[in-house]
Amino acid sequence: MIALEFDGVCLRYGSNVTLADGSFRVGQGKFIGLLGPNGAGKTTLFRAVLGLLRPSSGSIRVFGQPTRRGNAHIGYVPQFGKQLNQLSLSGRDLLIGSVTGSRYGWPFSTAAQREDIDRVLEVTGAGDLARRPMGTLSGGERQRILIAQALLGSPKMLLLDEPLVSLDPNRQESVVSLVRDIQQDLDMTVLFCSHELTPLLGKIDGVLFLGQRKVALGPVEEVITPKVLSDLYGAPMDVVRSAGRVFVVAGGPSPAA
Amino acid sequence: MLQYDFMVNAFAATFIVAVVAGSIGYFMVLRGQTFAGHAMSHVGFAGATGAVLIGLSPLTGLTFFTLLAGLGIGLMGERAQSRDIAIGIVLSLSLGLGLLFLHFYTSFAGQATALLFGNVLGVARDTLWIMLVMGALALVILAVIARPLTFASLQPELAEAKGISPKILGTIFMMLVALAVAESVQVVGVLLVFSLMVAPPATAMLLARRISTGIALAVLFALAQAWIGLVLAYYTNWPTTFWITLLGAVAYLAANGVVHLTQNMR
Ligand SMILES: Nc1ncnc2c1ncn2[C@@H]1O[C@H](COP(=O)(O)OP(=O)(O)OP(=O)(O)O)[C@@H](O)[C@H]1O
Ligand SMILES: [Mg+2]
Repeated sequence: MIALEFDGVCLRYGSNVTLADGSFRVGQGKFIGLLGPNGAGKTTLFRAVLGLLRPSSGSIRVFGQPTRRGNAHIGYVPQFGKQLNQLSLSGRDLLIGSVTGSRYGWPFSTAAQREDIDRVLEVTGAGDLARRPMGTLSGGERQRILIAQALLGSPKMLLLDEPLVSLDPNRQESVVSLVRDIQQDLDMTVLFCSHELTPLLGKIDGVLFLGQRKVALGPVEEVITPKVLSDLYGAPMDVVRSAGRVFVVAGGPSPAA
Repeated sequence: MLQYDFMVNAFAATFIVAVVAGSIGYFMVLRGQTFAGHAMSHVGFAGATGAVLIGLSPLTGLTFFTLLAGLGIGLMGERAQSRDIAIGIVLSLSLGLGLLFLHFYTSFAGQATALLFGNVLGVARDTLWIMLVMGALALVILAVIARPLTFASLQPELAEAKGISPKILGTIFMMLVALAVAESVQVVGVLLVFSLMVAPPATAMLLARRISTGIALAVLFALAQAWIGLVLAYYTNWPTTFWITLLGAVAYLAANGVVHLTQNMR
């Protein structure tokens, strides 16, 4: 089954095109790393999947259905939430607020909604953290709460926008493992946006690389190559592997390699 | 003190304003939109003076103009980078216009001070009714949108993905701010709406963890500030607005002190 399908999709803000004629398919239950340089349009791609930005041409299908706003099948962790850094609200209250705040009218949470909150906090191991004010949590701890929040309502697809930013390598590792475990346990499709490939290595089923308005999807070995990347960056690029890590660096392949 | 009608009216007026300004002000501070509120009151000044010039009541002109400004600011959206500058320019233009209108209406000096700094002791009974209706309307709407508004304020991208429109919500909210500003001006004047719409919520936010507690505290502080201010004004014969601003500042400083102390004791 196809979880996400882009067919000849063009994404743009006015005259600024971030994706031209992009086509790819992500199978159900896959854990995909979304990579690309700053401004490549990773966040924009997520917004399009969420139905917040209409493609100027082409079509996007999520589990076989055209995209639409408020799709309950998609859980989302947006890129940095600065507003939360000084928040005195507890993680649990934040989650309650997002459940009751997703529609107008009755302002109180139901028992089923509170059970769902307990469930996602347990799945992410964030039960204790959720009792503390958000502002007192570390970046990695806050990320855990936000991942829990994205699991509310049992979506089948998870979009994570740079959850690793400003985390040290150990924390990065634990966030990726957490997502990987949840993804396997709940059989979810995950698009995990990251600046670096290294923390995702060995965990992902494939990479979706964005650059130069183009997109490439495939296994790490096929996409993270000097040839494909030079094309996507529009400049000579090289891939350096060292001690289990992979670096994408500027400049053509060195003659010695 | 309560044998005087004007004192009774003043206590009633400040009660209405405190509830409205405290709760709507809470969301305004939460959303970081205090400057917009400040600017709106200045636009209201031009409206109020202009209304008097053409024979309408200042409250009518004030409310109409703050609502208009609220609509404008709301539709500009959160992301417009030059928004604060645009607001700032409209703000000064409005004060300038207000000054011009005053110039044409020379016997207006007393009214001008009342508009700028408030004159709660001069609130008439019929004004009180208008304030009550406006305030109740604002609170009912706030109650309906409060949850999505909180969500969209704290996590705008996520709220949008869940199908909430931050822009529509933000615009409705700006209109509520407009009503709250128009009411607050009756008590503390155009220049000092911060003293009721910002100081009490900011103090409450320091002390409360939950949003519901925060709103309750904000209303409570605004009310305490206003009523104690009235009593002090009655006995000292100094302006009520002065006391309200002083109490607001004292409460905020005290809350900061409390927070520091409790953090150090932990
Ligand atoms: N609301 C917007 N209006 C106009 N242009 C936008 C808007 N949002 C993003 N852009 C532009 O679209 C392009 C892609 O932006 P996007 O945020 O999707 O990049 P990104 O890959 O997520 O970058 P980063 O790694 O920095 O998060 C950029 O050139 C950006 O300037
Ligand atoms: Mg981004």
